[in-house]
Amino acid sequence: MRVALFVTCLVDGLFPEVGKATVALLERLGHEVVVPGGQTCCGQMHVNTGYARQALPVIRNHVEAFADADVVVTPSGSCAGSIRHQHADVARSHGQARLADAADRVAKRTYELSEFLVDVLGVTDVGAYFPHRVTYHPTCHSLRVLRVGDRPLRLLRAVRGIDLVELPAADTCCGFGGTFAIKNADTSAAMLADKMSAVLTTGARVLTAGDSSCLMHIGGGLSRLRAGVRPLHLSQVLAGTADHPAEVASR
Amino acid sequence: MTFLGMPARNLVGEPFPVAARAALGDAQLRRNLAKATGTIRAKRASVVAELPDWAQLRASGAAIKDAVLADLDTYLLRFEAALVERGTTVHWARDADEAARVVTGLVKATGTAEVIKVKSMATAEIGLNDALADAGVRAVETDLAELIVQLGDDKPSHILVPAIHKGRAEIRDLFRREMPGVDPDLTDDPRALAEAARRYLRHKFTTVDVAVSGANFAVADSGALVVVESEGNGRMCLTLPRTLVSVVGIEKLVPTWQDLEVFLQLLPRSSTGERMNPYTSVWTGPAEGQTSHVVLVDNGRTATLSDPAGRAALRCIRCSACLNSCPVYERTGGHAYGSVYPGPIGAVLSPQLTGVRHNQTLPFASSLCGVCYDVCPVAIDIPSMLVHLREKVVDVRAANAESAAMRAVAWAMSDSGRWSRLLRAGRLGRALGRRRDRIGRLPPPLSAWTDTRDLPRPPQQTFRDWWESR
Repeated sequence: MRVALFVTCLVDGLFPEVGKATVALLERLGHEVVVPGGQTCCGQMHVNTGYARQALPVIRNHVEAFADADVVVTPSGSCAGSIRHQHADVARSHGQARLADAADRVAKRTYELSEFLVDVLGVTDVGAYFPHRVTYHPTCHSLRVLRVGDRPLRLLRAVRGIDLVELPAADTCCGFGGTFAIKNADTSAAMLADKMSAVLTTGARVLTAGDSSCLMHIGGGLSRLRAGVRPLHLSQVLAGTADHPAEVASR
Repeated sequence: MTFLGMPARNLVGEPFPVAARAALGDAQLRRNLAKATGTIRAKRASVVAELPDWAQLRASGAAIKDAVLADLDTYLLRFEAALVERGTTVHWARDADEAARVVTGLVKATGTAEVIKVKSMATAEIGLNDALADAGVRAVETDLAELIVQLGDDKPSHILVPAIHKGRAEIRDLFRREMPGVDPDLTDDPRALAEAARRYLRHKFTTVDVAVSGANFAVADSGALVVVESEGNGRMCLTLPRTLVSVVGIEKLVPTWQDLEVFLQLLPRSSTGERMNPYTSVWTGPAEGQTSHVVLVDNGRTATLSDPAGRAALRCIRCSACLNSCPVYERTGGHAYGSVYPGPIGAVLSPQLTGVRHNQTLPFASSLCGVCYDVCPVAIDIPSMLVHLREKVVDVRAANAESAAMRAVAWAMSDSGRWSRLLRAGRLGRALGRRRDRIGRLPPPLSAWTDTRDLPRPPQQTFRDWWESR
């Protein structure tokens, strides 16, 4: 299958390893990956901060960049959620019906990584090897916007060598919330503190999730504590093999 | 920003981030809240899971409320006619002040110096107790948690459990200090506390002849009013006094008696986590020898109804499931919201009732985690509504550094050439993380991030540059 990767702005600029792992994983499964050069960002930060009007050209850019793709895969529950549940509504509520229709067409072909692997490709065992203790944080938008359910866990359970431990109060928000983390920094930090203590009780070496944004938040807190827990995107865990093991040493 | 005389009086407080900071520093408060909300969350989850048709009930609740809201004028007139036919006097109030003035006038006309009150959000919204006090009438709250708040000269912090922020030791101290005739050796055993309140209130029930209530539901075709409660004190107020004044928001209507079937399944399970609440009082017109008044309150509801993307907030049946489930509420408590309606529903309802211009921080008081929508028994999509209200806030606010930055970033993100150049420029940030390979301190406003979280050092090569070089 020919898969168009929407790498997301955050991965593009700050976490390129997540994009590389997604490419490696999809190619290992025998698919052709293309990265449409016109892509930038889904515009979610603007929409969720009250700047939907300013987001319109960003949404238009995204829709044009992926207009010809058969299937779009993105390593982010939150960005997939914005594409599928916000783009057309934002366009329509601002009187841009044609953009809304085009956005609907892209949305229908867009999948978050775990959805694509499990639902479209029909695989749960992706042939990964990852001999470490791992805990999984289900990010809010994966869970409650996309309803990915236990797909990421099914993928993780099939990884060879993994010691997967359950995260207490896993479905509670980590406190990121985009610009919420800045605008309501104290509340965000209080939520983060509880999430970090839950992560630390697991004794996991690696914290994984389907969103680099939430991992940046929890990982940033853990890094400040010098906690020694490495945040790794789901794609990085799934990309690991015996021949090419993922790097888990804390930076 | 609060001005006396504005509808905002009991719906606006300090900016949320400022008020939240004070609450977050109170470790006792956070323990009380975590314990109380955790318990009630678990109870709710188990009784909701018992009903195989919960999803259908929830959809029905939403549909019934939407139907009423779509023809609210018709239902209101039908309700008024039914009330009048059964001997109740109906009053209409445009805003909080008018409602408080009408109720105060009715109470004063009876010549009483005290009224007993059924727990009611509408009377809290219109600031009735203060208005009555200004007119020389003492309002006595008879709901145990409301009484605790009142005795402490405190503010409610939860819709269902207004004293949720209080531990039982604090309540014992308060009763010893403020409750007339209380046992000086009162313990903090919950039963002893309830018994002390019962003794105090019994005396009020038998001596005060005027009561004020709200209503959980109002049935349009019969004029019936419904109060749902746990303690039975509300029923005392509804049945014993000779004058009963009920303050009812205009969105409380359901079309027929049969519609209650849906809501009396949705409400108790969502709010207290019970299959059925202990007391449900329904009255249609005054009891024999009783005079009854109904005051129908708008106070921003018609304005809320005019916004297609915000009006679903008027479906709310005040169950508190969203408060009990919200990770923000659990940490800040209700006072931080500055409104009698706290939590996620308060963050969408309060700004709409006051107009977003007067309530600019509440729509941002959420991480948009989505739990509130999942637990809402009438399927109010609170996260989407918050996003909608954020846009309205940005629209009424003057341009500032944030809007300039957002515009600039959107401009860059609208074109991949501009975006690539911006990302490459971002590599200059590598200098900041040179020593430890992470960034630990940034200037304001980004210091709000780095006060508690490191940022990764920007990579040598962006993903797109790697892809092109591959």
